[in-house]
Amino acid sequence: MTKLINALIAEHRACDDEFALAEKAVADQEWTKAAELCRHFVQSMECHLRHEEEVLFPAFEERTGMTSGPTRVMRMEHEDMRQLFHDMEESIKNKDREGYLGQSETLLILMQQHNMKEENILYPMVQNALRADQDNILAKIKSIAV
Amino acid sequence: MNSKTGLSLTQAPPISVPLRFFLTAPLFGLAAAILFFWFGPAAIETRWSPVTLAITHLLTLGFLLMAIIGAMMQMLPVMVGSPLNRPRVLSTVVHVFLCLGLLALACGFLFTNKILIIISMPSLAAGLLLFAGAASTSLMRAATINATVTGMRLSVAALVVTLVLALIVSTGHAWSWHVPKTITNVHMTWGLVGTVSLLIIGVAYEVVPMFQMTPAYPGWMKRRFTTLLFIGLLLWSALYALQSNGSTLMTVLADLASSFLALWLLVFAVITYRLQGQRKRRTPDVSVHFWRTGLICLGLCAVLWVVSRLWPALDNWPRLNMLLGVLMIVGFAVSVINAMLYKIAPFLVWLHSQHLPGSARAIPNMN
Ligand code: HEM
Ligand SMILES: [Fe+2]
Repeated sequence: MTKLINALIAEHRACDDEFALAEKAVADQEWTKAAELCRHFVQSMECHLRHEEEVLFPAFEERTGMTSGPTRVMRMEHEDMRQLFHDMEESIKNKDREGYLGQSETLLILMQQHNMKEENILYPMVQNALRADQDNILAKIKSIAV
Repeated sequence: MNSKTGLSLTQAPPISVPLRFFLTAPLFGLAAAILFFWFGPAAIETRWSPVTLAITHLLTLGFLLMAIIGAMMQMLPVMVGSPLNRPRVLSTVVHVFLCLGLLALACGFLFTNKILIIISMPSLAAGLLLFAGAASTSLMRAATINATVTGMRLSVAALVVTLVLALIVSTGHAWSWHVPKTITNVHMTWGLVGTVSLLIIGVAYEVVPMFQMTPAYPGWMKRRFTTLLFIGLLLWSALYALQSNGSTLMTVLADLASSFLALWLLVFAVITYRLQGQRKRRTPDVSVHFWRTGLICLGLCAVLWVVSRLWPALDNWPRLNMLLGVLMIVGFAVSVINAMLYKIAPFLVWLHSQHLPGSARAIPNMN
């Protein structure tokens, strides 16, 4: 099962890298580059969120019958993040450096405390619940790409 | 709430739970600063002046521990997956006991008032033990036992040791009998190297890589570091207590043990400093500056301690203890805790406003 968990954690780290690149471009006011890097970042995030919402969470919910528990909170936090993605893309359109940097600071903390919960709490729970199915789930995740 | 494991992934506790600690921490810090400017150099002339003791505890209990307790109430659900039981009641009671106890203690020191010292003892004991009990319960149920959980557990254990020793030295002030200074030194070492440093190190394992986007801490360090520091503290305490009989062998061994503790902290400072040098996020970040200032002070403090063990002239320098204390408490701990507050407090407010019923989604951002 660690294979699956490690793949998801690797996605978190890869998204972090793209986040940092986009933020740097905005700070330097290189707007064309920033727009592209931010789009990459949001696409990678969206892809990761879909891996969870469309494959991992449903499998977990089905196995454990917990539909209103941890996964619901994670989905809500995903929505908060999506709102910030939207705001950040708007800021880039308006070439609003300060606005973006404020939003990205907020997103960073939201995203990292979210990842922390997943990596420390949810993923270990998933690992226990879905031990037998990991190859199957990993294959489904791989089929959803950017 | 998953009733089987007691795990919960719900959003953090109600905002009032951590925020009351975060709001009083700077007030006590301010009180310490006012005392310092009011009394001027007299405040740091000798370790034992009433003002010095009052300032020390306004900073350690009032600022550091207040912020640490608030942060743990906030972070336990996120990092460990098991929130504190009945957070509202718990935080109110702990907060009231701590504030009253600390005010009594600080005024008791300042005015050399025995009654106030006697009042402070049960009050601080109740507040700290309640917190320690609740935090331990939560940490026992942790979903994963990682290096951060270990660091937090050891820190809470060290808090209890600090408190027990604190009560012993307090009886000296309350009933004016002589308590050996050895006990005071062991008390403050468990407070600063135990409670405060163990917590900062444990939390750094998660917080530095994630929020500052640095590479992860090396695996060997996460596995053993805090446990060795705790064992080192136990060993040093025993040797140091035996040393007071005047045995040279014990003195040498105690110096070795304390140098080990200092060097161990130096290793943490150097590794963290280097990790932060490799951070991926290149935009300037005030909290990283606080961190780095703190780490430099911690490193200086550690080096100064080891050198003073080897070089008697430095050991005899009357200002040494004061310098060590200022580097450790203000330079290191206050800076690093500030760095954390600077991140956590605005985020809490943001999170709170985000989830107010009926609030517009276009929320002012954090900067
Ligand atoms: C984490 C918590 C604490 C830390 C970091 C801490 C730190 C210190 C330090 C650094 C000193 C030495 C002061 C100096 O040399 O001028 C000291 C002394 C002292 N502490 Fe604490 N302290 C803590 C908690 C407490 C508590 C809860 C109490 C009371 C219940 C207390 C009572 C005392 C007393 C009475 C002394 C003076 C001892 C003497 O005169 O020899 N401390 N503490
Ligand atoms: Fe995730």
